[in-house]
Amino acid sequence: MNRIQAKFAELKKRREAALIPFVTAGDPDLQTTLKILRALEAAGADGIELGVPFSDPTADGPTIQRSSERALRNELSLRRIFDVLSQFRQKSQIPIILFGYFNPFFHYGLAKFCRDAARAGADGVLCVDLPPEESAELKRWTDAEGLDLIFLLSPTSGPERVKLVAQKGRGFIYYVSVTGVTGARHSLDGGLRSQVSRVRSATSLPIGVGFGISTPKQAAWISEFADAAVVGSALVETIERAKGRSGKARAAGIFVAGLKRAIKRASKRRDRQNNLREARG
Amino acid sequence: MPALTELERAYAGLRRDRAFHKEWAHYLHEYAGRETPLYFAERLTQKLRGAKIYLKREDLCHTGAHKINNTIGQILLARRMGKKRIIAETGAGQHGVATATVAARFGLTCEIFMGKEDVARQSLNVFRMKLLGAEVRVVDSGSQTLKDAMNEALRDWVTHVRDTYYLIGSVAGPHPYPMLVRDFQSVIGREARRQILKKERRLPDYLVACVGGGSNAMGLFYPFVSDQGVKMLGVEAAGQGLRTGKHAASILGGEMGVLHGSKSYVLQNGQGQIRETHSIAAGLDYPGVGPELSYLRDCGRVQFTAATDTEAIAATQLLAELEGIIPALESAHAIAAVARLAPRLAKQSVIVVNLSGRGDKDMITVGQHLGVEF
Repeated sequence: MNRIQAKFAELKKRREAALIPFVTAGDPDLQTTLKILRALEAAGADGIELGVPFSDPTADGPTIQRSSERALRNELSLRRIFDVLSQFRQKSQIPIILFGYFNPFFHYGLAKFCRDAARAGADGVLCVDLPPEESAELKRWTDAEGLDLIFLLSPTSGPERVKLVAQKGRGFIYYVSVTGVTGARHSLDGGLRSQVSRVRSATSLPIGVGFGISTPKQAAWISEFADAAVVGSALVETIERAKGRSGKARAAGIFVAGLKRAIKRASKRRDRQNNLREARG
Repeated sequence: MPALTELERAYAGLRRDRAFHKEWAHYLHEYAGRETPLYFAERLTQKLRGAKIYLKREDLCHTGAHKINNTIGQILLARRMGKKRIIAETGAGQHGVATATVAARFGLTCEIFMGKEDVARQSLNVFRMKLLGAEVRVVDSGSQTLKDAMNEALRDWVTHVRDTYYLIGSVAGPHPYPMLVRDFQSVIGREARRQILKKERRLPDYLVACVGGGSNAMGLFYPFVSDQGVKMLGVEAAGQGLRTGKHAASILGGEMGVLHGSKSYVLQNGQGQIRETHSIAAGLDYPGVGPELSYLRDCGRVQFTAATDTEAIAATQLLAELEGIIPALESAHAIAAVARLAPRLAKQSVIVVNLSGRGDKDMITVGQHLGVEF
């Protein structure tokens, strides 16, 4: 069992959803990223998505676009991202998923990328612009290195796609909550619950929901029917607004702690309600 | 992906539909003004003292470039699919204008994404699009040029996929776009083949076309691919010189990569980040190239060369003075390559070069390059 599977299994026993924050590696620099990773873990994150910046992030809205542009201003490389990841790993067992676009991984060499990612301590890979139909080459190497290759589903995914992803996916399925790009939203689609349960009927993999989640209330709501809430742009914005390395790490920690608290409370509430029901029944 | 599958299915259905083809041919003729002439450039041929040079006059199409062949085809497809809103990316503005044009003709809402830098250097085209009723969305992320406009168009498309048709302007992007754009542009090569056989009673020795994304090149080349004796030359933008790094020659200067949904030659740095490109011709200023063209290069069917900004300006002057035709800066790159090629060939040889667009839109740029103040 790898770290991702172990974490979901552990949380399932507690009937609690995972909180998976996303940060862009190198925004504004890798030293800050290291501090932020430590702060996120201390604040109660159950897993971390580490974004590998790309010059043409077509799935991302303005917040993560800006974030990537900032990171790319420095001498950023996968090599350096792996170094920071290794450093972080020396004192951490939290699941880490590398999140990015295909071209930088492809340019690095897919076999080498997977080997070095695994050595640096990554547990999973999510390649945003790589559809499962085109994933054979990458999957060969993620499988070889014991990395979970995570796929996306969205409101426009038909039943065949859901089946395909359920079959090929590992770790968890990332359900994109909107027909659109990343970015914090004021409100989430009320139909998400039934959309997720539709996916659940086709798979035994945990289902994480992401895109748009920005408040503790939203995270708590998602945790009622999904196995994980992924929070990206809202956190990236919080970090963007804060000043200084320590300031950014602190702000990130406070934000994530608030989200996790809301998820835990929702979980306890559900337990109490279930206990009451059992007592009455 | 579901949007692409829907498009693929819709196109597969229409590809064999006679009524659709008739409708498309009708608009190409009545609205775009096809068939375009295959013109024997007598004075240019004399000057270069080598092969006979024929110009395929796509500059005479409605809107001034070959782009309309594709936009008519795709908007008919969009209509069949019941889409109400058209979006497109544009670099030089020619594809934007061609899209706004057909959107006006068929009464659909139209938004064109254009990089901030391109908006500044092609302000006439921006105005034309607005006059045609389109909204121009200025893109200020990334390098603010064509690739960033395409990124933003893709973002918009995934957000509004149910009612929106994304009309891509070249043979790049995710499948099925490279295929369907090539199919629509192939009218160029089919006509040229008929025309050259009539005029010269033989096939050409060389086909020459400029290459940005590759649509006019694929349009001219594709119907000749099985004609083994016909050589093909793609001309990329060497900008300030291939060695300076300030160019847009994806095939000559790039490496295999994935950009905008297809695997092809891409200009990228050591980290796989897409590089900024440079060319005086905004329509060639794209760090990628169509996957089919990359494939044809890899299997040796198409050769590649490049022309610099300076050579393109010189070629513009050459064609203007010798034939009274002012080419678009993009097409001037092909003329520049012909100026090098023709003298090396025997006088009975035949070159067909695609004059993909006319140069009205570039007059200020050319003038400024030549030190003229407006």
